[in-house]
Amino acid sequence: MSLTTIAVQQLSKTFDRHPVLQDVDFEIRQGERVALIGPSGSGKSTLMRHLVGLTRANRHHRCCVHVLGRDIQRGGKLVSASRVERCRTGYIFQQFNLAGRLSVMTNVLVGRLGRMPRWRALLGRFSAVERAMALRALKRVGLEDLAGQRANTLSGGQMQRVAIARALVQEAELILADEPIASLDPRSAQEVMEILKRINEEDGRTIVITLHQVEYARGYCQRAIALKQGRLYYDGPIAELTDARLQALYDNAGLNELYQPTTTPVKPATLHAAAG
Amino acid sequence: MNSHTPTLAHPVAKRRWITLFGWAAVLLVLGWAWQGAELQPSLLVENAGNMATLANDFFPPAFGNLEHYIDQMLVTIQIAIWGTLMAVVLAIPCSLLSSDNLVPWWVYQPMRRLMDACRAINELVFAMLFVVAVGLGPFAGTLALFIHTTGVLAKLFSEAVEATEAGPMEGIRVTGAGRIEEIIFGLIPQVLPLWISVSLYRFESNIRSATVLGMVGGGGIGVSLWETMRGFQYAETATIMLVIIVAVTTLDMASQTLRKRFI
Repeated sequence: MSLTTIAVQQLSKTFDRHPVLQDVDFEIRQGERVALIGPSGSGKSTLMRHLVGLTRANRHHRCCVHVLGRDIQRGGKLVSASRVERCRTGYIFQQFNLAGRLSVMTNVLVGRLGRMPRWRALLGRFSAVERAMALRALKRVGLEDLAGQRANTLSGGQMQRVAIARALVQEAELILADEPIASLDPRSAQEVMEILKRINEEDGRTIVITLHQVEYARGYCQRAIALKQGRLYYDGPIAELTDARLQALYDNAGLNELYQPTTTPVKPATLHAAAG
Repeated sequence: MNSHTPTLAHPVAKRRWITLFGWAAVLLVLGWAWQGAELQPSLLVENAGNMATLANDFFPPAFGNLEHYIDQMLVTIQIAIWGTLMAVVLAIPCSLLSSDNLVPWWVYQPMRRLMDACRAINELVFAMLFVVAVGLGPFAGTLALFIHTTGVLAKLFSEAVEATEAGPMEGIRVTGAGRIEEIIFGLIPQVLPLWISVSLYRFESNIRSATVLGMVGGGGIGVSLWETMRGFQYAETATIMLVIIVAVTTLDMASQTLRKRFI
């Protein structure tokens, strides 16, 4: 029996009357490594942003996003939390979102801001212990030699590793990576996925990664949650996500199988496996 | 005939008409403004003799009081330095509070209007007001520059803030940092080069503005400028003008070199 890290209930989101997420429900347990997959526009990124409160859900009284023992949002309203509480979730963006003109070191140290006394955070006065911690994190992602460089001089793969180092010094128990490798070349992508996998296996941190390349999901994750047009389409072990199911997932014309499962090549019993 | 010609020709003809209307409108505005400004170039020719006499009075410049004028120019620069610096300090919070990507409309709208007001009134007018409050002298001039420049810089700063990317700030937000840390680490690094450049540019123009503040009692070289002109001591005026030109040109060039390093 393991602890629940993420619980999403009845999450719906509409942008300009266009539904992006519809009644999404799932749970993720501590220490899992989950791939969130689906065609572009299926709502993966929007779902991820809901998990840290960057986006608010529709107002629906039963909608709830529960992460690491606290409500992030409930009924479309953000629940405020202390800085330390928010520190427990790390987030990795497709576009890295580093402060380009600051050094690599400072970009990593930023991960400590939420855990520092407020006056030191505001003045940016990081202690020797924090610096040592940041260096260790940089070493772990293989960038300790670049600590003094400006972040905007790095390659995409290196920037993403800095972002991971930032999540590491943050001591995040849960790392959400939103398309972390979508803007990277294959080799950098592999390195980043390798590092994320290691962090999961060695530290036991829960990791959720949105991906649109299914091969990476198969290679690096244990479980897959698939979204199609904003609805939960598949939730189960990655091994059972067969080619036939993937084809249906990425097949635009095959939307109807969501409503009439018998007409599709996908066995109805495997759909919404988590709900059952 | 090619059947496509009419469909192609139609938009072209339409555009031609629009261009023609555009030029007509421009000419109309220019004519209207000409009348209002009472432009009479012929006067320049008719009164050329007067001009020559006046110009003659400026030469040769009298350098007897040069040292005094240089001292006054230094006071002018000092006014500009502190007027600009105080403005930069106040403009930072004011610009953040008038940026629509940071605060709700009921904060940025009033703040923007307040800054509009600071900007709308010329430094000279503020100087006259502050002379009443703090007496004649450079302090009144400094305060005048300070208020007006705050209005200008807050607008320019906030335009830079509104043009920033949201990504780096979100990157800081999700680490659990507070709102102010988000601005310090995610936003300021993005806008700092532009802010520095704009501030230096404003410093250049404040030196020019400060040279006339003395005319209304705001201190600096403007006092001497006004006195010599009213006393018809044009040889002295010429010296003052030379001092101003040399000082402004030197500082402009220095500040320009500095600005280039930040862009």
